[in-house]
Amino acid sequence: MSLKLTVNGHTHDLEGVDPTTPVLWVLRDHLNLVGTKYGCGQGLCGACTIHLDGQPVRSCVLPLSAVAARRLTTIEGLAPDGKQTPLQKAWCDLDVAQCGYCQAGQLMSATALLARTPKPADADIDSAMSGNLCRCGTYTRIRSAIHTAATASST
Amino acid sequence: MNLSDIDPVTFPPVIEATSAMDRRSFLKLAALAGGGFALALYLRGPSALAADASPAVTPAGAEGDFTPSLFIRITPAGVITILASNPEAGQGVKTALPMIIVEELDVAWEQITVVQAGLDSRLGRQVAGGSRATPTHYDPFRKLGATARALLVSAAAARWSVPVNELNTPGDARVVHTASGRSATYGELATAAAALPLPDEKSVVLKNPADFRVMGRRISGVDNPSIVKGAPLFGVDVRQPGQVFATLVKCPVFGGVVKSVSLDAALKAPGVLAAFVVKAPGVASGVAIVARSTWQAFKARDLLVIEWDEGRTAAESSAGFAAAAEVAWKTPAGPLMRNDGDFEKAFATDGLVRVEARYSYPFISHANLEPQNCTALFKENGRIEIWAPSQAPQRGCDDTAKALGIETSAITVHLTRMGGGFGRRLTNDFMAEAAVIARSYPGVPVQLAWTRADDMQHDWYRPAGFHALSGAVDPAGKVVAWSDHFVTFAAGYDTDKVAGVATLRPDEFPSRLVPHCRIRQTPLPHGIPLGPWRAPRASAQCFAQQSFIDELAHAAGRDPVEFRLALLGEPRAIPAEEKGAPVFDSGRMAGVVRLAAEKSGWATNKLPRGRGRGIAFHFSHLGYAAIVIEVTVSNDGELTIDRAVIAADVGRQIINPSGAENQAEGSVVDGISSSLVQAVTIAAGRAEQSGFGDMPLLRLNQAPKIIETHFLITDNPPTGLGEPVIPPVPPALANAIFSATGHRVRDLPLNRADLSWS
Repeated sequence: MSLKLTVNGHTHDLEGVDPTTPVLWVLRDHLNLVGTKYGCGQGLCGACTIHLDGQPVRSCVLPLSAVAARRLTTIEGLAPDGKQTPLQKAWCDLDVAQCGYCQAGQLMSATALLARTPKPADADIDSAMSGNLCRCGTYTRIRSAIHTAATASST
Repeated sequence: MNLSDIDPVTFPPVIEATSAMDRRSFLKLAALAGGGFALALYLRGPSALAADASPAVTPAGAEGDFTPSLFIRITPAGVITILASNPEAGQGVKTALPMIIVEELDVAWEQITVVQAGLDSRLGRQVAGGSRATPTHYDPFRKLGATARALLVSAAAARWSVPVNELNTPGDARVVHTASGRSATYGELATAAAALPLPDEKSVVLKNPADFRVMGRRISGVDNPSIVKGAPLFGVDVRQPGQVFATLVKCPVFGGVVKSVSLDAALKAPGVLAAFVVKAPGVASGVAIVARSTWQAFKARDLLVIEWDEGRTAAESSAGFAAAAEVAWKTPAGPLMRNDGDFEKAFATDGLVRVEARYSYPFISHANLEPQNCTALFKENGRIEIWAPSQAPQRGCDDTAKALGIETSAITVHLTRMGGGFGRRLTNDFMAEAAVIARSYPGVPVQLAWTRADDMQHDWYRPAGFHALSGAVDPAGKVVAWSDHFVTFAAGYDTDKVAGVATLRPDEFPSRLVPHCRIRQTPLPHGIPLGPWRAPRASAQCFAQQSFIDELAHAAGRDPVEFRLALLGEPRAIPAEEKGAPVFDSGRMAGVVRLAAEKSGWATNKLPRGRGRGIAFHFSHLGYAAIVIEVTVSNDGELTIDRAVIAADVGRQIINPSGAENQAEGSVVDGISSSLVQAVTIAAGRAEQSGFGDMPLLRLNQAPKIIETHFLITDNPPTGLGEPVIPPVPPALANAIFSATGHRVRDLPLNRADLSWS
């Protein structure tokens, strides 16, 4: 059985992959797109966040069969032209990361937030970002970086 | 091997190559190889640069490069590479340590590239633990950079036939002769500099800190551009040609072993290549499944039918340990750890304010966001190559060699970035497991990945603990008597020895500040794996100590800040009683207490009922930290943590303020997480929790919106920040809750307590 999957604008033929396989593992083990992370496998930590038709979803609990013919974006596809997005730049400028393991998921959630709410208030950030755990505790910087990117995007 | 007995963060003497050290002793340090930090190993010498001296995981250079040490490489084309020797777990060491070298080398930060080293005996101590990277490397790395700079300046002096003292380096990888207007880049001078003998140690001049251009600047982490685009950096991101994926199912009861197993169903599952029982010295008993993908391996776990011999730990539980603590308190036995003055008599003296209270905290998991994993390749020539997210790779290499029955020299270890450390990855069970599984697949790289549940149920836990405290305060507000009967955990079964990560020190705070001081420890025998958890001992014990001090202050009607300052007394250096332990400077401690109080508005901005501030302080891992936490608690008990104000004294130089503040901010969140919401409970010898649903981490909406970090700069050697800030966080939070509500919460996690008030 063959399924087609479109990730970051590229379509892949997935020959023989069990359609119940979570998208996370298709990305990591079949397509070698390892930027999307495994943290819990239960949709509780957000490390595996990707965009499905622009919406943030937890890829660790999303079966492959549910996304055929849909458009996936992963952290590797956030900046297709190689130029950092305002959020990626703010993440670097504010030195947000410690270990960095959760940050791909954080950036995917933050990107989706700014796409629908370009000037988020703290409460918007709370509701959009509280599903993404950061074990190192970089939350104050994540909040600042989102505000910074929002300001940069609007000027 | 009993890992709970290993103490990675004791204080072996840090060998400091000071500028006062003469060249002879400088070189003599090389003879101390294996013991701490041998600076001469870092400098160019026949053995240091021999290509075959170590497994080739340190990048090699080319003829004509200037490589005054393994840490610095300058090519004739002017490419400057600095080697990062220590494992990076998010503590920022891959950025901060190169900054020290770059400062004295006198090049711009933007002109260099940092490359991660592998495990390499020539590079000294490669451990991420004990907040020791800064104190271990600060002076030697300055000297290293300065020595390289001196050689480049000498090369320019020879080229232009001018005296060295007419030359300067403006900080952009050039040597300039101002008088003649000539200049040369380091690249142009590299080959000539490489031919020069090392300068006399005494002639190498370190910069005046006032002239620092790199240290003290906010530098963004060197891996940030890779992190934000999802580039492969972490252990679990390793992908080698032909790689297969493995999982290891271990007995849910600690120490249990496989009695029998039926592999048939698992072997028939899609993608499964093999399934077998793992048995090797020092490696937990279990059943491995190797598959074409991680998911296929994980999925086949449910098809295994395993019968376990659970062993003696199956009888143990958290409730059982708590009951044993009650018994120990009722019938105190065994020797006293400390017995100054006469506690009983002093405590019974008339006119004192007396308080007795019991405190407890549970086991907790490290909960690294990247579950444990490791990739290993058994080569046809008998060598093994390992990609390890390890905080202590040499120890992991040793354990792996033992498990395989081979020499460590046959093992090459690549260091990957770690998705969190916090002490978990000082224990390298995952390395030996991956190697043992890979042995069954010669020529094929095998990646072992733990599931989240594996990670939480086979951790080396932060030990639980039980304190029975008694204290008395005299009418002048002075603590005159203090007693702690600490019920803790032994280093396994059949021993009276307390586990290294679960012990009080004989000179534990506040001993020596209180005239009548008694400390007793009762170790419980057990089979729970215990390990170092960020600021081991301190991060747990400080909760009881600094909460109880608060109780004494309130009982005596004293201001908690003033009371603490009175306890610390006159500024003085109190020598350690244990060999190799650091001096405690009460003045530095009081300094951060005052700073945190001042910055928080402690005395000037009083809060109404339902809001409160708490303070706590601690000295650990060579750093002095105090914190004030401000909370709001609604009538129905809903807690909001509004603000945290940190004051820390880690010496005269903050290498990278951005990284340093990040560690302090993270410590606040980690300290809140570990005291407010986390517990691992043991039932029938196993961990009851299996994921973030039942062993949560603090979320963004629960974290304080404001975390301020203030450094108190004092003329002391610079020290690390990964750990010192965390111990005072839990008690500062509990003290703030008391201040807001009148509820004194003595048992963690704090969120189990009813905080409602009226």
